[in-house]
Amino acid sequence: MSGAAYLRAFGSYLPAQRVDNAALAARTGRTAEAIEKTTGILARRYAPPDQSIADLGLAAAQDCLTRAGVEASAVGLILFASGSSERCFPGPAATLAASLGLAATPAIDLPIASAGSLIGMALAADLVARYGNVLVVAAEIMSRRITDADPDTAILFGDGAGACLISRDSGFARIADLALYTDGNFAESLTLAHGGTLAMRGLEVIMQASRKVPRAIADLLAKNNVAADDVQVFLMHQANRNLLAKIAKELKVPEDRFFTNIASFGNTSSASLLIAAAQWSDAASVTGPVVFAAFGAGLQWGALLAVPVAS
Amino acid sequence: MSKQPGILKVLHAVADIQQDPAEDESLFADGTLDSFTLPDLVTGLEQEFSVKIPDSDLVPERFDTRNKIEQYLDSLGK
Repeated sequence: MSGAAYLRAFGSYLPAQRVDNAALAARTGRTAEAIEKTTGILARRYAPPDQSIADLGLAAAQDCLTRAGVEASAVGLILFASGSSERCFPGPAATLAASLGLAATPAIDLPIASAGSLIGMALAADLVARYGNVLVVAAEIMSRRITDADPDTAILFGDGAGACLISRDSGFARIADLALYTDGNFAESLTLAHGGTLAMRGLEVIMQASRKVPRAIADLLAKNNVAADDVQVFLMHQANRNLLAKIAKELKVPEDRFFTNIASFGNTSSASLLIAAAQWSDAASVTGPVVFAAFGAGLQWGALLAVPVAS
Repeated sequence: MSKQPGILKVLHAVADIQQDPAEDESLFADGTLDSFTLPDLVTGLEQEFSVKIPDSDLVPERFDTRNKIEQYLDSLGK
């Protein structure tokens, strides 16, 4: 960490169309009960055809800035994570900046899927020293990147966007430390080719995630002398409810310490961490250490520790 | 010395199985193992046989049958 960095606000946006397991069952041949049992998902949201990833990101960004009470003109840098962008370039960052009325503010794409928002937050934590306010946005339209011919993935994913404003000077929690990791030996386990649909070797991914994520969290907590049991909440990439249960078990903390909204929204890839954070912060305030963690294609994973401002 | 008794012990601990699967029967095809019992199997094998299975070896194919599990454990030199 190159200086102080504070979490100032979260934001989110979810499209209105709700797709329940009965609808997925009709498409994929899986039963609604089996979908719920294997994933913990009851429904997910799909964006309408005329909505773009930048549109979703804009709605989440506006929600975040409104909650922060910060004008878009005060944003010094935008980092936009998306693994499902419509085209190779330009990505949605530039479009989002223009939609916010910013014609010279740097806006950089992070073409990263599930760990994208965590990586955006981590980069922002180091970049606020230069840019002041860094707006991290993550948006995905996964419904256009799945095929019913692959039910294992079709049942998992939904669309949505999240945002986080990280500031140099003030906020409701201070980013104390973070750690990012990459293991390219499993790069082929989870891929999305240009114009293609998502391909995932689910068993490989879950084996790696169930080991790498708890280890990353445990190492970060140990480095900062924080006991897992003292963590107020674990805000995670919402990949699969069973995976969250496994991570909780590995860390020896109650499962209810892990905030989850996967039942309502499915796996929204990079957006899920910030959607979860926005929902959690609607109903709670930071009174103790908070852990953010994510895992995804690359493989990329990591964890970030935030603490109350008074600490 | 056969590792099959220890492998079966771990399988029974992590999966809801009524009958012992055959040594060359796919544990994935018959539903004994899935994406959520497989990580528990790996942890169980590490404890039962006092071995450390590195991340690089965590590929499902190594754990597809009781025989493959035993071959893998043998390759660890334990």
